[in-house]
Order: sequence, then C-alpha cells, then structure tokens
Amino acid sequence: MTDGDMHEVSLTVNGVQYDETVESRWSLADFLRHKLRLTGTHLGCEHGVCGACTVLLNGRSVRGCLTLAVQANEKSVETVEGLAPTETELNVLQQAFWENHGLQCGFCTPGILMTLTEFLRDNPDPSETEVREALSGNICRCTGYQGIVAAAMDAAEKLRNSGQ
Amino acid sequence: MKPAPFQYHRVSSLPEATTLMASLDNVRILAGGQSLMPMMNMRYVMVDHLIDLNDATDLAGIRVDGHSITIGAMTRQRDILESFDVAQRAPVIVEALRQVGHIQTRNRGTIGGSLSHLDPAAELPGLMTLHDAMVTFSKEGDQRTVAMDEFAMGYMTPCTEPDEILTEISFNSWPVGHGFDFREFAQRHGDFAIVGVGTLLTLNSDNRIDRIAAVLIGIDYKPVRIKEIEEALTGQIASEELFREAGESVRKLNMMEDALIPESYRKQLASVLLRRSLISASKRATRG
Amino acid sequence: MSTHLVGQRVKRLEDPDLLSGRGQFVDDLNLPGMLHAAFVRSPVAHARIQNIDISEAAALPGVHIVWTARDLPANMHNRRLLLQVPNPAILHTITQEPLASKETCFVGEPIAVVVAESRHLAEDACERVNVEYKPLPVSPDCETALKPGAAVAHMEFQDNIAAQFTLGYGDVEAAFRAADHVFQDNYFQHRGTANPMEGRGVVAVFDPIFHNFTVWSATQSPFIIRRMLVDMFEVEESTIRVVAPKDVGGGFGPKGMSYPEEVVIPALARELSRPVKWIEDRREHFLTTTQERDQLWDVSIAVDNDGKIRGLRGRLAHDAGAYVPWGIITPYISTTTIAGPYVVPAFKFDTTAVFTNKPPTTPLRGAGRPQAVFAMERTLDLVAQELDIDRAEIRRRNLIPAEEMPYKMGLIFRDGAPVIYDSGDYPKCQAIAVERACYNDFPARQKEAREDGRYIGIGIANAVEGTGLGPFEGASIKIAPSGRIVLQTGAAPQGQAHHTTLAQLCAEELNVPIESVDIVTGDTNAVSLGVGTFASRIAVNAGSSVKIASRTVYGKLMKLAATVLQVREDDLEMEDGVIRITGEQGDSVTFSDLAKMMNGVPGFKLPEGIEAGLEATSYFQPSQAAYSNGCHIAEVEVDPETGLVSILRYIVAHDCGNLINPMIVDGQVQGGVAHGVGNALLEHLYYDADANPVTTTFAEYLLPTAESVPDVEILHLETPTPNNPLGVKGAGEGGTLPAAAVIAAAIEDALRPFGVRFRDAPILPHQIIEKIAVANQ
Repeated sequence: MTDGDMHEVSLTVNGVQYDETVESRWSLADFLRHKLRLTGTHLGCEHGVCGACTVLLNGRSVRGCLTLAVQANEKSVETVEGLAPTETELNVLQQAFWENHGLQCGFCTPGILMTLTEFLRDNPDPSETEVREALSGNICRCTGYQGIVAAAMDAAEKLRNSGQ
Repeated sequence: MKPAPFQYHRVSSLPEATTLMASLDNVRILAGGQSLMPMMNMRYVMVDHLIDLNDATDLAGIRVDGHSITIGAMTRQRDILESFDVAQRAPVIVEALRQVGHIQTRNRGTIGGSLSHLDPAAELPGLMTLHDAMVTFSKEGDQRTVAMDEFAMGYMTPCTEPDEILTEISFNSWPVGHGFDFREFAQRHGDFAIVGVGTLLTLNSDNRIDRIAAVLIGIDYKPVRIKEIEEALTGQIASEELFREAGESVRKLNMMEDALIPESYRKQLASVLLRRSLISASKRATRG
Repeated sequence: MSTHLVGQRVKRLEDPDLLSGRGQFVDDLNLPGMLHAAFVRSPVAHARIQNIDISEAAALPGVHIVWTARDLPANMHNRRLLLQVPNPAILHTITQEPLASKETCFVGEPIAVVVAESRHLAEDACERVNVEYKPLPVSPDCETALKPGAAVAHMEFQDNIAAQFTLGYGDVEAAFRAADHVFQDNYFQHRGTANPMEGRGVVAVFDPIFHNFTVWSATQSPFIIRRMLVDMFEVEESTIRVVAPKDVGGGFGPKGMSYPEEVVIPALARELSRPVKWIEDRREHFLTTTQERDQLWDVSIAVDNDGKIRGLRGRLAHDAGAYVPWGIITPYISTTTIAGPYVVPAFKFDTTAVFTNKPPTTPLRGAGRPQAVFAMERTLDLVAQELDIDRAEIRRRNLIPAEEMPYKMGLIFRDGAPVIYDSGDYPKCQAIAVERACYNDFPARQKEAREDGRYIGIGIANAVEGTGLGPFEGASIKIAPSGRIVLQTGAAPQGQAHHTTLAQLCAEELNVPIESVDIVTGDTNAVSLGVGTFASRIAVNAGSSVKIASRTVYGKLMKLAATVLQVREDDLEMEDGVIRITGEQGDSVTFSDLAKMMNGVPGFKLPEGIEAGLEATSYFQPSQAAYSNGCHIAEVEVDPETGLVSILRYIVAHDCGNLINPMIVDGQVQGGVAHGVGNALLEHLYYDADANPVTTTFAEYLLPTAESVPDVEILHLETPTPNNPLGVKGAGEGGTLPAAAVIAAAIEDALRPFGVRFRDAPILPHQIIEKIAVANQ
C-alpha cells in the first residue's frame, strides 16, 4: 500500500472494538466496507444525496460517504449488520420490511433501516407524513416507497405495543 | 469518486485551530462536511490540509443573554432545531431548519459550515441576514466581528480571511408575540430551494406594522433583505392587498438565471412566496 | 397436491440476507490481490484525440498499469463492441470501442484506464493522464441533427441518420380523406436515466492455468456479456464465465447492455494476472450508462364526429445518442406501441433514429413505450377536447372489444410475426379503474375545489405492452444427493425476486416447502444458454421453463419411486421430499435416496427405462409476446402560482395474466409508477448546446422521493395468456407506461381555466408557470 496520510483510529462498530490504521481521505463507508469487511453499508452516490450509506455515529444517523473514517475515532458506529438480535432472527423493523415488501433490490435498504432506526427511536408514534419526510433523504428506485412506508408504520406500532 | 489526498488535522479547541491555521497553506476547515465533502469527493475542491473542528467543543453551543442569542459555529443544525431557547425566541429558525436537508445532514451540518459555504439558496445565511446577525471570526491573536450585510463578498465567497475561522454568530431576538414565517419552493423536501422567503413583523393594536424584516434567498449570490419594501410596509395596516402589492413590487429586483431555472420563474416565486409569507406572519403576530 | 404456493403472497426468500447486510453485490467482492481501476473519460462531446501522455500517471506510486486504446490486446485494435441486436434498417452499425482511439463522441467516453492499489490512487493517476483533444462540431439533439448541413456526430458519416423505417397498414391516405376531422400536434420527451441505486461494476479474474476468465458484472444479462467477450477476445465460450452476483442493485434496462468496461477489465486482469475491480461511481453513471429518450413525435389523427379513430400517422425522430449498441429496439417498440389498445384501422409512421454526441439510448423501463403512450394519450385528450367528448368516453369508444381477442392489430413485429394481442378485456379494465376513481363524480369535486381556489384535475390513460419476448430463457432443476432441489437459471435478477417466484413454481410442482429449493441465477456456467432480464420476460420465459423442467423431474421421481417401491405410480403420493405408497404406513423413499441412487453407484445398474440423473433442463420458447394491459387514473392538485404539482390519488387497473405472487407484482407496479412520476414531474437530463451534461448529480437530476410518490391503488384483472403454460404476462414495466401521460392530462385538466396544453415530459414547475403566463397574455 502506498503511503498516504495515515491515522490510527479506535472505534466500536456494533459494539465490537476495532483499532485500525486508515488514510485520512477514506470515507467511513469505504472504511467499513473494505477495511472492516462490513459490506452491508452501501455507497450509492458518494455525494450525500441517496442515503444508502447511512449509519449511526454516536446514535445519530449520518452519511457514511460524507464522514471521514478518521472522524469516527473514539466513537461508536452502528450499521445494518448490528440490527438483528441473532444470525437467524430479524429485529422488529427488519421483520416489518420483510412482511410489508419494503424492499426489492435491497441496495438502498441498509441506509433506510438505519435512518428509521434513529427516527422511530425519536418518534415512536409518527404519522405517515412524518415517516415520508424522515425518508426524504433516502432514495429507493425500485419500490415506489409504498412498502417502505407501510413497514415503518407497522414497525412503529409493534415497537409501541411491545414497549421497546 | 474519491477525494484527492490531504493532511488531516484534528483539533480540540479554537486556539489550537487558529495556531494551526497560521502555520499552514492551502487549508480548509472541516465543519459538518455536508457541503465540503461532496466537493472533495468530486475533486472540485483539492486541499493540502484539512482542519477538523468537530472535536472543538468550545465552538459548539447556544448561549442566551437577555435578547441576545449566540450560536457557536460548530452547533449542529439538529441541535438548533431542537433548542428550546431558539424555539422560544426565534421560531422562524425552527420553521426554516425543518426544510434544511434531511435528518442525516442536519445531524452533521453546522451553522458555521452553512454560512461559510454560502450557497445562494441556503436557509441559515438567509435567517441570519433576516435577524441582522453579527458574525465573529478569530485568527491567531485577533478577533473581529462583521454584520451579515457585509458578510458575503461574492458568489459562495464569505469575507473570511485566509487564516481566520468563523467562530460564532449572534443576533437579538424579536419581541415576544412577533409574527414570523419561513417558506421556500423546492421540488422535493430538503433540496436547495429555488427561492425562499423569511419574514418577521410586529403589529400594533390597530393592526399596523411597527417593525418588519423580510429576506429572500435563491434570487442572488447572497440573501437579499428587501429594505425598500420593508420601509414601505412599516406603518401600514396589514392586509392581504398590502402584501399582494409588496409581492408584486419584488419583481422589480434583478434575479439570477441559470441553466435550469429562468429569471422570470424566480421573480414569480419571490412574489408569491413573499405575499404568502407576509400574510402568514401577520396572522401569527399578536396585536398590540 | 396440497402445497399451494403459486398465486400466494409468499414472503421473499431474498429478504433476510438483504435486511441483515448480507447481500452480495459486486462491490462486496474482495478477492486476494485485487487491484482497482478508474477510467479517464472524455470531457468534450466530440473531438479528435490528438495525443495522450500517460508518463506522469504511470510513474505514480501504487499504479500498476495505464492503458490507452493502443495498449489493448492486438485483436481488439480497430474493433468495436458487438452490436447485440442487428436490424436491416440500421444504416450505420456503429458501437463503442473498448477505449476510444481517434475520436470521442460523447462526454464520458472512456479514453484510458488506470489500475492501481486502490481506487483512490487510480483516480489520482487519472488526473495525470494528459489528453490533447481537437474539438469537432457537435450534433447536440435529434431536431438539430436532422437539419440540412448539421454537424455530424461521427467524422466518418455524411449525416446523422442512424436508421430509418416506415411501419404501417391500411389505406391511411383514404382514412384521412374520409374522416370528419383531422388533428395534429407535436410531443417531446426529454432524456432521462435509469439510475439504479447501485451503479454498474465489474470484477474480473483470469486463471492462467486453464486460461479461463471469470467476470462478475452488476448486469441484467450475463449471457449477453459473454457473447460480447467471446467476440472481443476471440476465444471459446467455455473459457468465459460471466456471473451476475446474487444481488444486483436495480437495473431497469441499461444494465442489460454490454459496455466497454466489461471488456477492458477482463483484459487487464489477464495482463496483470491479478483480480481487477471497477465500480461505476454516480458521476460515471450519469455520463456513460445508456439513457433513454429525446423523442420528438409528430402525430396526426383522423376521427369521425363521434370520436371513432379512422387513422393515425406521423413521424418520430428518436435520439439514438452516439452509438447503437442495442440497435434500434427502442424506436421500433415506440412505433409499434403508439396505436395501443385502440382500434386504429389505418396507420403509417416514419421513424428516424438520429445520431447525437450524447450517451447511447437503449431501453429503460418501458423501452420506448411510455413515450408512445404519451403521444397517443395526449392526442386522444386533444380529440376529446376538440369534439367535446369526455376523455374516458372517447377511449371507451375506441378500445378493442374483449370479444375480438386475439386481435391482430395490423403491424408486423420485429421478429417478423404479426402483432397479435393475445388476451385481455381492455374496456373492462378501464371500467373498473373509472369506478374505483369515482371518475364520474370528479367534475362536481373539481367545481367545488375551484370555488375554494384549489385547482384539481384528473387524467386517464391506457396502455398495452408486449411482454415476455423470446427467444427463450432456460432453467434446470436437479435433485441434489441431500434431497434439496437445485434450480439454476441464466436469468439474472435485480430486485424482481426471481428466487422467490421461481422457487414458488418449482416447489408447487414438487410439493415441497419453498425453503427446500436452492437457486442459482445469473451464471453462464449454470445453464448452457441464456438471454437476459429485460422486456418483462423472466416470469414468462424462465418461469415457464421452471414449470416444465420441474414437471419432468416430477415424472422421473415418480417413475423411479414406483420402480423402487414396486407399485404403480398412481399408488404414490409425493410430499415434502418423500414419496410414499398411499395409505397408512406405506413404504416410502426420499428424494435424497433417489438422488443418490441416480448419481450412479459403481457396478450397479439403473432401473429399467430410467435416464441417468435426477434433473431436467428446459428452454421455453414462447410463440410470441404476451400482451399485458392497464388503465391508469391520476388526480392531481396544481398550485397555479408556483407550478407545484401534488398527486392526490393514483389508480392502476392492470392485467398481467395469472399472478405468481401478487405481493411482488404489486411492488413492480408501484415501482413502475414511481419511475413514471419521475418521468412526468422531475427527471430531466439537461445538456448545453455543445452536448455537455449539466445534471450529473442527484442534487441536479431529481429522483422521486418518498414525498413525491403517491400510494398506488391497484386493481388486478387476471386474463391468462394462452401463450405460455403459466398464463402469465410481464409486469415489470407496465406501471411506467401511462404514468407521464396520465399526470400530464391531470395537470392540464386542473389548469383548464387557464387554457394551457402540455406536449412535453417532464413537466417542471417553471414550465407550468410559463405556460400560464403565455396563456394569460
């Protein structure tokens, strides 16, 4: 590897501690995908519009393509790989996407799940209009959003009922 | 679409940042990164040094002192949007911030970053212009303050000196009961507006306009305060007819034209949005 | 059989992995020793390449190789990509070179390629490749390009005419002479892009021992790419394996093409003896992936006083872009689609495909049909207005009656066979949409809204779509020694849930749970022949093949079990991988037992009359296309002061024959409508007068978001087609077809007090304001 401006980074991803060296110009998304091999986070536009790379940084959703990996130093990152409780189960939101046909090609899905993870935590009882607004920073080219919105509403209700 | 190489510097305080600024060439400040990073990814911007202010906690936060509100440059849009103080004293900012980008960009984007990027259609420079805010810059051993009126030097070019850092912005809140409105036209939520309008006004007991401020964004290289129209409206009795005339008169301004949007459409939007905004603000104002 | 899977809303097999971050997209491949490529692309639309200096780039640390056209393998010199769909009407069969050698013909055309340790370094080196261009005059759009003396898009041609053909039937001249009225108008649809959320991407490995290539591409058509690679490398088919990864992030047509990068990356992998990856970034997608449209229509219609159509004629100028990699399929389909579901007794269209210095245009969700539907439906709206007939009524009067099915509409399709609409009840389809939309009450609602100062409008449009095109798509079914069922097909999915629907078909035939089926898609090594996923053809072709192959395997299983258990087949029942003698406590044998037996035990003899192997392969060949149809109704509100359009309601009545999985079909329709909403209201690729692209980011080229797209109310008619054993018709594109037309109609209706008419798509807010301003003058 050619020398660049290398930095030590120490962070947790889905609760797992990583200590790595990364070049400063690497985005957090590229770092997750190609250094940590957590390829669930996708890069769709690399200019901060499509939302496919959305991950949580210290609990808040951010664009993985507009955040440098070095900026995640000493922070916690949550990605789609961390959502399911076990290898063979899905969490409430993921399950709602499965049941409501909330995805087709699945490329935008990880970003949408992360956006909604934060959104439903902050807004447990949203209206459909609020859900659509919350999704405005995530582009899906396949579904027409109908199943996604239905899944978000379904998940919100189930989360409320389960007291989670 | 990967950025060109640069040297990354993380600083934890303003003094550290200004010292570093003084010693480096071809340097850019990294605030929220929501505008700078796309430009770097596309290699429209190539820098030798990037100074990251995200750990400079002394630059973040909202202070209230009497009527004065001071917002640190590194305060996130999300935190301004959720600030009780801001909602109480400058509700127009909350109304506008809901229309800025998306959850993910507001979580990172900062007020200082937005002002420094100075997109002609950005809401925050418009809101600060609306509030006659003062911007503070620091460099090693020095500090200065300029009015928002003098902030923009040209298209996407603030008056920041090469070794200066924008540190905070402050403004006086309007009296309790003032009317306010912010609206913009974009085809999709969160896009940069084609045109946006912010208005503040106070009404006396017989529905006359005591004080008024109105700003337009997206029509010129910087936010435009329509002082002549503000003056013409001051002292008048608020009415839909009055605001319609105000809307019509804004068409006289020269406005931008670009490859996608003709000037005539900007004039139309400015006129309609100003009228609607004034009507809404006057309805929200407490008389007397 | 007790398992009923076909016709059920079965949850998708694909989802758990995709929801957990375990998808396998092309950029998720990380191979040992892999290098990364980036391309130097033309910054000008038309230029002669004078000189390329790669010395600075090649010297950069971390760079392994820099290639220009002259460095390509010798047999590729002066060679262009394979023209995949020839047609005698094409006058100049020009496709791209793998790297442009002497002339570049659109912004984004690849000129050189760098391979480095990382994509970052490869891009650094691209900045240091110095290319000297001598600008040439530019052919900017299909209207300008046809003018006498227009600049030519290619130095070697005298004009810009890529292809020309006339299609027609009946005596059009007589029809127009005899008609009570003739109306004419022009329509224009602007360029748009596919923009799947995942761009294209290629990973290639060359095995120096067996001299084999393995190429992963985010493609709709691995077999089409193999065909091109066989041609470019001049090697045997068996030495090239092309795989569409298990997950491909959307396609919509352009990923069905074969591209320069798919040739260059394997060549580099062979040269360097290292795996090489290239991932298209979003800017490259805007610049280089094929697009669709710029179609200029001139439509005349002859009608009688009662609105009955007597004839249709006109001209179509189609912007082919700089090359014709997919021949002239798009304008051909456009021309054969415009008559649509209506009785049109006489027809004649002259179509010209035109070269411009822009990216090539190829089929994109709808493949030229949305444009044709737009032109026809806007024309019918014009007739309705001029003759003061309700817009639904004029359509009703002209729709092909159900009793005339199958209906020979008069044209000859490109496969040489007459176009025959096989089945459907078009009037009923419209009727149920009209009823659901409360269309007949709308005037009252509109009047009421206008009294409140709100401008609402309604639009209606119909479409017919030839789907499930041949020649074939194969599938093979095999019982593995474990007893699991292996389903292999060359068809490659990009979100359509082929795994689920094909597994449903297979599992139903073999009476097993859907989870017992393992599916391999999109691999040229899986079956020997394949075509690709486009033209809404997989359910029809691969689906039918799955059914036929599954039945064959079923037959083998039963025959074998009967031999083993020494009973008649009639005495056996098959369930969940076990075949048992009917009745209590009968003997049984499992799929696994039988598969092991059929794998061949050394020295033992197979039962009499049984062929080796528990497997079957089928290549279903449809006799002709199966025609889906639909009627869309949209209700919109327009702000006449800002031009903002809000879609209040959207209804789709749709007939795609039998539904294998209604949930998935609904998703296809909803997604199709969303694409149509983009076509109608948002998506406009701007180019300046020199064919430089202006909209190359998602901030400039606007895709529909969750707030732009309405919920779609879907009504299904299920008229099975006789053309395949499943009775299914394609559903992937129908949602897009009438969307732009119906939204334009609704906007026009909302703004009727202003007297404006819309002839272009998309319709942008500032254009609405301009129209109103002009009408008010």
